[in-house]
Amino acid sequence: MRNFDYQKPAQESEAIRSGQTTGARFIAGGTLLVDLLRLDVEQPELLVDLSALPWRQIEVAADGVRIGALVSNSDLAEHPAILAGFPALSQALLSGASPQLRNMATVGGNLLQRTRCAYFRDVAVSACNKRKAGSGCAALAGYSRMHAVLGVSDQCIALHPSDMCVALLAMDAVVHTRGPDGERSIFLADFHTLPGAHPEIESALKHGELVTHVSLPKTSFSARSAYVKARDRASYAFALASSAAAIDLDGQIIRQARVALGGVGTKPWRCMEVEQALVGRPATREVFQAAAALAMSDARTTEHNGFKVQLARRVIVRALERVGGVL
Amino acid sequence: MSQVFTPNSELQHLAGQPIAEIATTLTINGVERQLVIEPWTTLLDLLRDKLDLIGTKKGCDHGQCGACTVLIDGTRVNACLKLAVTLDGCEITTIEGLGQDGNLHPLQAAFIEHDAFQCGYCTPGQICSAQGLINEGRARTRLEVREQMSGNICRCGAYTNIADAVLEVLESMERA
Repeated sequence: MRNFDYQKPAQESEAIRSGQTTGARFIAGGTLLVDLLRLDVEQPELLVDLSALPWRQIEVAADGVRIGALVSNSDLAEHPAILAGFPALSQALLSGASPQLRNMATVGGNLLQRTRCAYFRDVAVSACNKRKAGSGCAALAGYSRMHAVLGVSDQCIALHPSDMCVALLAMDAVVHTRGPDGERSIFLADFHTLPGAHPEIESALKHGELVTHVSLPKTSFSARSAYVKARDRASYAFALASSAAAIDLDGQIIRQARVALGGVGTKPWRCMEVEQALVGRPATREVFQAAAALAMSDARTTEHNGFKVQLARRVIVRALERVGGVL
Repeated sequence: MSQVFTPNSELQHLAGQPIAEIATTLTINGVERQLVIEPWTTLLDLLRDKLDLIGTKKGCDHGQCGACTVLIDGTRVNACLKLAVTLDGCEITTIEGLGQDGNLHPLQAAFIEHDAFQCGYCTPGQICSAQGLINEGRARTRLEVREQMSGNICRCGAYTNIADAVLEVLESMERA
């Protein structure tokens, strides 16, 4: 591992000041950053450790839940208010990584999770527009079974790997940040950016800007939600395709719906075309199948990942069956 | 052509860097230690290379195998992904702190009883992880044990016996 300096600020203002330094990177749980340091993908000159900041609270109010950026994935998944009010979020978190990693990983870090693209993670591969802007993309002509099919560009097909973000997207989450220019609130849908011509830019966050907390509004659909994940082994594997679904029912009729996909997009992917096809219809398997068939119409597959189109539609149906009481 | 690393370029980079060391206090297996640590040292390398606590094993060094699992303030983590300087004031328990020769931890005894290892390389991590699982208190059934031990890979494939051993300790605790 390369050498770097280290600071552990006790105050938020101090952390923001240190974070402005060129070559500074924030570290919280470290599950991803330490791995990328060892791979030489990340080469910071200064690590600013956030672990002394008081952001480990989950606050439950009448209008929703406020989750501190340093809350661990384990603590969030097991919190009674999340289990009862936002079950898809708990299920998504518990489907990700291992218990050890979930104990370390934080909500803020998970929002900024980097891709698992093998070409991004291997510095011996020279072509990676995400790692080095303008250097090319080895994945386009490479082995791309685990790569994205939605939101791709001719510069990058790296997959967004987070489970948590898919559930947050289906629950209208808002990311709250603080930086040298003050505070911002960003809808999760606007937080991650598409690769386009600049795959090296992955989120709306600016250098030195910190995620302080995430808020989940109380909605009519979040409590009736589920997360379904298809993967290569029963546990401890990234998604081949996953879906967070949430619905609000008036008797048998769907009043509101949220459907999001993971494992297929360059960012967590909301399927509004599916949601619109569900609203006003009865919660039946036939309706779910017809709606899910509308998803993935913009998919751009490679010779290795064409299977994701059908798989994604099926995980949507499975997630809807769970929340619709069909199964 | 792919990029080639030469020792020379690596050394040139290191020559320009300040060697910072950070005073850090860790309590390891009940013993408080005042340490001076380089920021890029992981807890795993500190334990094995500086403190001669080699019970904790290095498998993948990327958080994928669980061989380096230890307990920090009673919570199981991958020591390969924790920078030691970030743990100032923490209590760390390794396999050496769970049991000793002649005074085995119940999990160690159960692993022997159930033949829960072959080569033994993953075993310290398995046992620390199982202790973490017990501390978390969320596993009751065999399925839950298997799921919650999934962060510990055993390439000899002793999973069935590992689950037996962990279940026996869980059940004996419930009886007690």
